[in-house]
Amino acid sequence: MRSAVIVFPASNCDRDAETALRDITGRAPHMVWHAEGTFPEVDLIVLPGGFSYGDYLRAGAMAAHSPVMREVVARAGRGVPVLGICNGFQILCESGLLPGALMRNASLKFLGRDVHVRVETSQSLFTSRYAVGAVARMPIAHGDGNYFADDATLDRLEERGQIAFRYCLPDGTVGGAGNPNGARRDIAGIFNETKTVLGLMPHPERAADPLLGGTDGRAMFEGLAEALS
Amino acid sequence: MTLPNAKISPETVAQHGFTPDEYARVLRILDREPTMTELGIFSVMWSEHCSYKSSKKWLRTLPTQAPWVICGPGENAGVIDIGDGDAAIFKMESHNHPSFIEPYQGAATGVGGILRDVFTMGARPVANLNALRFGRPDHPKTRYLVSGVVAGIGGYGNCVGVPTVGGEVNFHPAYDGNILVNAMTVGLARADRIFYSAAAGPGNNVVYVGAKTGRDGIHGATMASAEFTEDSEAKRPTVQVGDPFTEKLLIEACLELMNEDAIVAIQDMGAAGLTSSSVEMAGKGGLGITLHLDRVPMREPGMSPYEIMLSESQERMLMILRPGSEDTARRIFEKWELNFAVIGEVTESGRLILQMDGAVAADLPVGPLVDEAPQYDRPWVATPRRPVVAVGDVPPNPDPLAALERLVGCPDLASRRWVWEQYDSTVMADTVQRPGGDAAVVRVHGKSKGLAITTDCTPRYCQADPVEGGRQAVAETWRNLTAVGARPLAITDNMNFGNPEKPEIMGQFVGCIQGMGEACKALDYPVVSGNVSLYNETEGRAILPTPAIGGVGIIDDVASCVRVAFPAEGQDLVLIGRTEGWLGCSIYLREVFGRETGAPPPVDLAAERRNGDFVRDLILDGLATACHDCSDGGLGVAVAEMAMASGIGARLTLPDGAPRIDAWLFGEDQARYLVTTRDADAVLAGAVAAGVPAARIGTTGGGELTVDGAGAISVDRLRTAHERWFPAWMAGDA
Repeated sequence: MRSAVIVFPASNCDRDAETALRDITGRAPHMVWHAEGTFPEVDLIVLPGGFSYGDYLRAGAMAAHSPVMREVVARAGRGVPVLGICNGFQILCESGLLPGALMRNASLKFLGRDVHVRVETSQSLFTSRYAVGAVARMPIAHGDGNYFADDATLDRLEERGQIAFRYCLPDGTVGGAGNPNGARRDIAGIFNETKTVLGLMPHPERAADPLLGGTDGRAMFEGLAEALS
Repeated sequence: MTLPNAKISPETVAQHGFTPDEYARVLRILDREPTMTELGIFSVMWSEHCSYKSSKKWLRTLPTQAPWVICGPGENAGVIDIGDGDAAIFKMESHNHPSFIEPYQGAATGVGGILRDVFTMGARPVANLNALRFGRPDHPKTRYLVSGVVAGIGGYGNCVGVPTVGGEVNFHPAYDGNILVNAMTVGLARADRIFYSAAAGPGNNVVYVGAKTGRDGIHGATMASAEFTEDSEAKRPTVQVGDPFTEKLLIEACLELMNEDAIVAIQDMGAAGLTSSSVEMAGKGGLGITLHLDRVPMREPGMSPYEIMLSESQERMLMILRPGSEDTARRIFEKWELNFAVIGEVTESGRLILQMDGAVAADLPVGPLVDEAPQYDRPWVATPRRPVVAVGDVPPNPDPLAALERLVGCPDLASRRWVWEQYDSTVMADTVQRPGGDAAVVRVHGKSKGLAITTDCTPRYCQADPVEGGRQAVAETWRNLTAVGARPLAITDNMNFGNPEKPEIMGQFVGCIQGMGEACKALDYPVVSGNVSLYNETEGRAILPTPAIGGVGIIDDVASCVRVAFPAEGQDLVLIGRTEGWLGCSIYLREVFGRETGAPPPVDLAAERRNGDFVRDLILDGLATACHDCSDGGLGVAVAEMAMASGIGARLTLPDGAPRIDAWLFGEDQARYLVTTRDADAVLAGAVAAGVPAARIGTTGGGELTVDGAGAISVDRLRTAHERWFPAWMAGDA
């Protein structure tokens, strides 16, 4: 699998994504600086976490207008898979590749800890290695992860199976104390209509090494490598 | 040459913090009156903060050498060799005064400043820690300060993408008017690619990079060198504003340029900004520097030379480049959208010459500015010894487990989850041990080895007996590194004290330094960097003496490190070290009896080393499956923390020769560790062979903590007490 990680000013999980991709797929990704208008053909584009442009406007809002995003949007339109993690998810929403928006956490505080998410479908490139209903533990680290969309949009996402992950308790019970940020309908990650674009707030790339306390994120990269190689 | 001829009044001299003697020295050096700009430069360079004029005599006595020390105190940060051509670079620095006045920005820029000290030397920052001390929880300002400081640390550290992996938060009324915000950064570099600050090569260009210079933070260093008074709020404009986005770009740009052979010397603009960076670079190189101030990137027009030189605007660096490398450097900084300006050149004159708009604003001899700064041998008196509190002096406790529940939920021992969940502790994907254990463990990227890092200090011990407290602060970091399986290598110190012009305060400083030095020597654990923050007083009331110590150690394989949580049921608990039940100065005495009395527990450095070396071997041999040192709250709190971290209970039995049960549980005897093991016989036999006191005191299992003779308490109940206090207090209902 050939992949690319897009690096924006103040992306800060670019190296984490690079490490996970290289270790799990055996192939180092292209690291693409945002100012580059184009980059090699790849099988997967990753928008990493971080604080692109300091999140000084709205998280992801500036990066969504970066030159490289025109190319990312065009390739996503041609069906190239795109994975947006944390700030990458925010950029996907800001650039219109995914519906909805990510608001300040309900607590109004940054939150860095492990959460549990329930896998809502295994019918995607990203989740094929997970069983439906499986519970995965991954870290979150965000101040703006409170997913919001109007009811009609949320209903449509649900009808079309576009919900990828929901926050849950360790036993798989969705919502309640398992929802760290107030996200509507406990949404932690969503797909576009064709399920070739995934945005999620938790960090699968930080849950890919047993020494770091968990490997529940590995299956995402393993599934992608299997499907796209 | 003509210099603007300002008349300097005695009031202006005093406002700049000079004593009459110090100003006379300025006049002698210059053989004329200084200009306002020159006066400002002398003022910041000779401030306590920059010149260490009260502390240098004593700091010199600290051990700073070891075969693994690459660079000790005096540079931006300390550098140690961690094998395989890798180096760890680290330092801790205070931002106390600004954080009290404006907690968010004060703490944020504290983090930014210490990050720059580390990446200036060529290291990629890999971990941040913070040693924080606040006033009493029911003081009307404390919640606001905690909330602002924590948000500021998170706001900056999270954005730059360096994990915040540990630290301390403590409360005491002595900090009501002067909080402590001590920030530590650890970075990694190649040992043959370390960058220093000494200027070299007359004719080489002096280059300014990073953010623009504005009118913020003028006289921050002078503020940090005076006591607070009622009008300290008016000093808010001297607090700088941080921009972590620019800092992140600056880190990447500097590290990218450091891969080229372009930099002769580099120095961040920290306290006293352009003044201290240019003077220190010239001074260390024995050279001069000429700066053209109109070329400095400025945020607003009309700034005077005085303001430009004294601004503490953040996220700026000064570099001296090799001839011919400007284009490479400019290209890199433009890629990162940062300012890049050639603002001067290195000269052989030995003078700092500042030009602006065709006029000379300052012309100072660098040597005397650096070397002839006043040095004081301040009078000091030793702190009177306190009587020892014997076990018999404390009434027996009818319900020790109720006391345990109270201790694990008290402000100083309650869970800090509320704090560290606001920090990103896992970015960079190398954090092996997150906040909450004895030490954080961060893997060296791409390798199996890792660094263990901790910050510690027990100010109530330092107040009761500065020498013992100094020993203990160093020993506790050494112990915490040992408790995860690391070999402790070196420390950074952040000396926070009151007004050194008072002999009793100076006596605290001298005592702590003495104790620290003894511990460093006995443990082969030198000081490689540090910072001094004096005048932490408000209306004449000083903080507790607080020599915060940051310790760094190495683990060859991070897979072999252990944690505090009980790993399984049915394992034996072995207590390493001697337990006499030392209750003087203990948290137990304070929380349960309201007594802050007695001599602190003595630190036997030989036992410290023997016990620690033994425990480390147990961990590395796989015999210890979990480990926790015994510190605040003694054995009782240590075992409770191991239980709460795992959800597994334990049954404890007092061994033969144990003191009274409350003293056994809550005494704070030093040099002790609690380990779990599957093979207690092997551990005990090893202890006998090593001459280390050890006793089997119980077994893990069940959901309760049971102490023979004191009953039982459920782990859930302890956890509830432990987790409740911080969030409840912040919500206003503690």
